[in-house]
Amino acid sequence: MAPKSSSSFTFTKPSSQSASSSLSALLSAYTTQTTPRLKFIDAFLVFLLSSGVLQFVYCVLVTNFPFNAFLAGFSSTVGQFVLTASLRQQVNPENKVEFKEVSHERAFADFVLGSIVLHFFVYNFLG
Amino acid sequence: MSTAYPLPTNISPTTVANTASLLRIVAFGLISGAAIASRLFAVINFESIIHEFDPWFNYRATRVLAAKGFYEFWNWFDPTAWYPLGRVVGGTVYPGLMATSGVIYNFLHYFNLPVDIRNICVLLAPGFSALTAWATYMFTAEMKDPSAGLLAAAFIGIVPGYISRSVAGSYDNEAIAIFLLMFTFYLWIKALKLGSALFGTLAAVFYFYMVAAWGGYAFITNMIPVHALVLLLMGRFSGRLYVAYCSWYAIGTLSSMQVPFVGFQPVRTSEHMGALGVFGLLQIVAFASLVRSHVSSKQFQNLLAISVVTMGVLGAGAFVVMTYKGWIAPWTGRFYSLWDTGYAKKYIPIIASVSEHQPTAWPSFFMDLQLLIFLFPAGVIMCFRELRDEHVFVIIYAVVASYFAGVMVRLMLTLTPVVCVSAAVALSTLLDTYVEAKEPDVPEERMEANGSSAPDGKKTKKAGGAVGSQASTTAVAAASSAISDFVSATRSSASTPRQKGIWGADTRLVILLNAIGMLVFFVFHCTWVTSNAYSSPSVVLASTNPDGSQHIIDDYREAYYWLRMNTPQDAVVMSWWDYGYQIAGMADRVTLVDNNTWNNTHIATVGKAMSSPEEVAYPILRKHDVDYVLVIFGGLLGYSGDDINKFLWMVRIAQGVWPDEIQEPNYFTPQGEYRVDDRASEAMKTSLMYKMSYYRFSELYGGGNAVDRVRNQQIPKVGPTLDYLEEAFTTENWIVRIYKVRKEDTLGRDLKTANAFAQGKKKKRSKPVSRRRAIV
Repeated sequence: MAPKSSSSFTFTKPSSQSASSSLSALLSAYTTQTTPRLKFIDAFLVFLLSSGVLQFVYCVLVTNFPFNAFLAGFSSTVGQFVLTASLRQQVNPENKVEFKEVSHERAFADFVLGSIVLHFFVYNFLG
Repeated sequence: MSTAYPLPTNISPTTVANTASLLRIVAFGLISGAAIASRLFAVINFESIIHEFDPWFNYRATRVLAAKGFYEFWNWFDPTAWYPLGRVVGGTVYPGLMATSGVIYNFLHYFNLPVDIRNICVLLAPGFSALTAWATYMFTAEMKDPSAGLLAAAFIGIVPGYISRSVAGSYDNEAIAIFLLMFTFYLWIKALKLGSALFGTLAAVFYFYMVAAWGGYAFITNMIPVHALVLLLMGRFSGRLYVAYCSWYAIGTLSSMQVPFVGFQPVRTSEHMGALGVFGLLQIVAFASLVRSHVSSKQFQNLLAISVVTMGVLGAGAFVVMTYKGWIAPWTGRFYSLWDTGYAKKYIPIIASVSEHQPTAWPSFFMDLQLLIFLFPAGVIMCFRELRDEHVFVIIYAVVASYFAGVMVRLMLTLTPVVCVSAAVALSTLLDTYVEAKEPDVPEERMEANGSSAPDGKKTKKAGGAVGSQASTTAVAAASSAISDFVSATRSSASTPRQKGIWGADTRLVILLNAIGMLVFFVFHCTWVTSNAYSSPSVVLASTNPDGSQHIIDDYREAYYWLRMNTPQDAVVMSWWDYGYQIAGMADRVTLVDNNTWNNTHIATVGKAMSSPEEVAYPILRKHDVDYVLVIFGGLLGYSGDDINKFLWMVRIAQGVWPDEIQEPNYFTPQGEYRVDDRASEAMKTSLMYKMSYYRFSELYGGGNAVDRVRNQQIPKVGPTLDYLEEAFTTENWIVRIYKVRKEDTLGRDLKTANAFAQGKKKKRSKPVSRRRAIV
């Protein structure tokens, strides 16, 4: 889930030498081990994360005036983010043992249904 | 392999499975029937009537919803409540209950079944109790197996702890909320087990329904995060937990904010912050585990651990700062009163004054749960034996709910489902162990020894144990249950590893008959408690005539009907807040305060008027346009729930707002007694409440001793007099007394003087007259 943006903040503290090396190791491991499908999902996650951060910054710096509208927008990104992250968990080949009863198709159907319900409430809350 | 009793061998497994499922369906049908039927005592003994206080408001609101449609209900401003303030009903109710009845009403009418809305409201709770039984069945089936589920369904169907809130006519939020509670928990467990976002979404949708239906939704809001947190701390984080929790939280929180009465609370108040914190924590942990799966270096993992802890601490710190700055509302008083039982009495008397907010007395645990309360700990221990994720949930639920049930009587309701579940797990383990026909494998000669020793007249359990100690060679444990553990643990000699198990049909029969006997007693107990204690509508009272027949005391409806028929439509009736909903619902008159206790000052105003002398109370009454004052008086009949017994709470609540004018100690005798006879304190005797209660009471006894039968005290022969009010109506048994507030005197005198004049009392009048003469 959205590796680059948030990790750089926490991992540079203790010893920058080893941290940067392990960071690059992480990056290379990520690019080699992850299937294109998951990378596609990750791209969507990064987009949602940046959208959420943008909205939050707007809320803090400018105004939160129609608070319900802000909440609806922010919740839609957060909700969509966790639903997509859930989808990623479910279709990740590494997690196959955990999700014995959830096939990929089923996972995607769950994702679609969850998103529809989520956006139904978002739409209702926009005001 | 030997069996304790012969088993048929010529039945195919599919036949067994089919028969079992058919039996389950039949059993479940019978359970639903029993659950509904045992809640109908109130209808049979009395009539199809709405009970108590809050249901009257729900009923009134539902009528508006059914008659005018949802939008009218949503925008309903009720000018007749909280006069002169009014109440925005649509925005201050949990609309789930009314919406449910409204949907059922419209559904039936669509199919041309003209069912009266009152009957839908009366029968909603019994109907939903059958659904609760089903939800409990599903939930328990996840814990153990369907047979335990059936037991749990049977328990929840008839257990008094739940019936107390769901008899026919008890049209309150809890009627549907317990079903929603159990079903949401079931969906959560299911989502967690499968790692399915579908069940997580469904859990969120039912959570939304629950939020719309009952203020107790906060219980779910905190139970699920606590469960997730405990699983995290136990090192049981998994993708399934992430999927289940995140899909539930993201959709559930957003949906809960759609209910106007809840509004932005889920992101603004401390009660909801735990769920948010766990949500954030799960993101961090999930991210960390993802990174860890890509990198395996030790050093990096340490770094990761440190960063996770730092982020956790930062999050907690941010939460504290935000609370401190006031962005997040701190814990409310209602929350504190859960931890400190004395808190409410000190700071929020209006909460403490409600009888169902008192701490629970010990006998009521037995009264409400009977045998289940003994099986409950056993079931919790059973959960520890397996300790899958869902068992952790039951354990947490058991601990939390036990505590809350001890703090407040009404929270017994949240304890009841988990007691039923764990008792069912315990009992079904017992039955499984003793119904199982397989015997432990032993060599032939040992079997004969067993056969000879069992009929020797020893105690059967001992015999099994003794044989077990002989048969030490083989190591097949047929029944690995806690009971067999217990049996083996209590055996005296422990030198050799022993065979565990139960031998012979007689042992089994003894235990099973015992268990069935206990269950039969449980059924009798439940029926008795339900019919005697929990089926009274409290609007209509019942007593028995000397010949044993039932005598109905219908004073409340008599009084409300009088109000409805004899007063103008816009007449304002003042009473203590308990009766506000009933007056609005049955008499259809304007009330000052009602059971929706949102405005403490307004209630304190009524309390002040009731506890002040007439001269002080009169301006208050006139300022609030009060036309009639209604008091409940049980002194004639011995009805203990009357206003004199509630009077001290009125004084306390008034004192909270006007500490200079009303002081509680003034209403006690110098010895500190609460008396209403001739030793009553001056403040007590002159208070409006006292005067209205005992006005002309002694005349009823025609010179004899007037005795208040509730407080067993003798009332003075010369009763109180009223100058500013006049008696308008008193019901047959004097339970409800209604007084009319007099208008100001037309000649501008104060009413006391005017009364004295009318009665021809010379003394007061002669003084000013003679003075005038002297001047002239």
